[in-house]
Amino acid sequence: MDLAEAPARAPRTAAAYKSSYKPIWCPGCGDFSVLSAITKALAKLDLTPENVAVVSGIGCSSRIPAYTSCYGFHGVHGRALAAATGLKVARPDLTVLVTGGDGDGYSIGGNHFLHACRRNVDLTYVVMDNHVYGMTKGQPSPTTEPDWDSKLSPGGTGVRAFHPLVIALASGANFVARAFSGDPNGTAEVIAQAIVHPGFSFVEVLSPCVTFRPEQRDWKDAVHPAPVEATDDPARAARRIMTDDGFNLGVLYKGNRAPYKGYPAPARAGVADLEKEFEL
Amino acid sequence: MTADAASSLDAFFAAAIAMEEEAAQRYEEFADAMDTHNNAEVASMFRRLAAVEARHADELMAQRGWTALPLMPRIEFEGCEGPETTPADAVHYLMTPWHALSLALANEERAVRFFEQLARSTTDETVRRAALEFKAEEEEHVVLVREWMGRVEKPPVDWAVDPDPPRYTD
Repeated sequence: MDLAEAPARAPRTAAAYKSSYKPIWCPGCGDFSVLSAITKALAKLDLTPENVAVVSGIGCSSRIPAYTSCYGFHGVHGRALAAATGLKVARPDLTVLVTGGDGDGYSIGGNHFLHACRRNVDLTYVVMDNHVYGMTKGQPSPTTEPDWDSKLSPGGTGVRAFHPLVIALASGANFVARAFSGDPNGTAEVIAQAIVHPGFSFVEVLSPCVTFRPEQRDWKDAVHPAPVEATDDPARAARRIMTDDGFNLGVLYKGNRAPYKGYPAPARAGVADLEKEFEL
Repeated sequence: MTADAASSLDAFFAAAIAMEEEAAQRYEEFADAMDTHNNAEVASMFRRLAAVEARHADELMAQRGWTALPLMPRIEFEGCEGPETTPADAVHYLMTPWHALSLALANEERAVRFFEQLARSTTDETVRRAALEFKAEEEEHVVLVREWMGRVEKPPVDWAVDPDPPRYTD
């Protein structure tokens, strides 16, 4: 094979989407692989970094925007989806990713999560779920098992765990998937599909916290590919998600609801008109 | 996932380069993480391992006469990633250079099995010969890493004990 016949390289590699800031996560943290998966997905789609915005809230996984070479917004706790919604409606030309953890997204940000699914703005929400608040030293989160015993929750919380995929589906998310950080290439494939799919795409990534939940290292033996293709029937998807073992990986639902694009921008002659709008 | 790599010599080389690149990237990630956690000795070890894997990728490129990386296939072997890629959760902030080398050893041993299986499964004679050649090289790497491990201090039994641990949940 001569040089002219050598297969062409992809225009951008994953490295092009990484910043020079090095993650401060604990060695072994699943979030390293999710960062890698996100950059691989962006490279696969060959998106221009300056046309991508990564928005987050607070938590270990919410540090991701700084670790990418894309535009980033490290917002306030639980409000990433609100900021991202505003950004996407104002700048529909941008690809907007939202990243965060289970505490940020399902607890303080739980209400925004429901309405982001319902509103169906064209966003991709990647949640790194480790069933614990890692940054603040291991408190139970909404997805923590009710019997998880620790000094901070002796005997467990006794509270039923939140089921994010079912909630997302019931609230109107247009794409629902589950991935595993131990499979960064598979996660990259899912995230790339989520970005391309119109509307609100929700990707739950099982991402072990090796410091506060070291037993989650065993997740790699529990995960398995979903045995069936994604469906566009929400009722069927709901049945599958509610009856699976929580370790079923892949795209589980792909809907066809039209994304919400916001109100059409009013025609304005210029800044003076805008100022007039805010006149007291 | 060795079927594609077994289909032609170009596919075989693309797979081999993908393996080396992925392994190098993972070692670099580990090196960065160890630097961040003030484990400079292990960071340096991972960086050396990353450089070795990156050099292998460059050598394969040169061997094939390619100046641009090929579109790299997804390789899975005995797990979700390539045979020479250390699982992302296999590290600890207090690990020692000996631990890093034991991970490298496991990777090289997996690579031997990968090329062995590939040589058995291919119907292309040129791929079979290349796979056996690569298997022999990986076997040499296994010996080299074992020798390297003999030159570094073995960790004490309490290597993971931290007098000021990050967690207090147990």
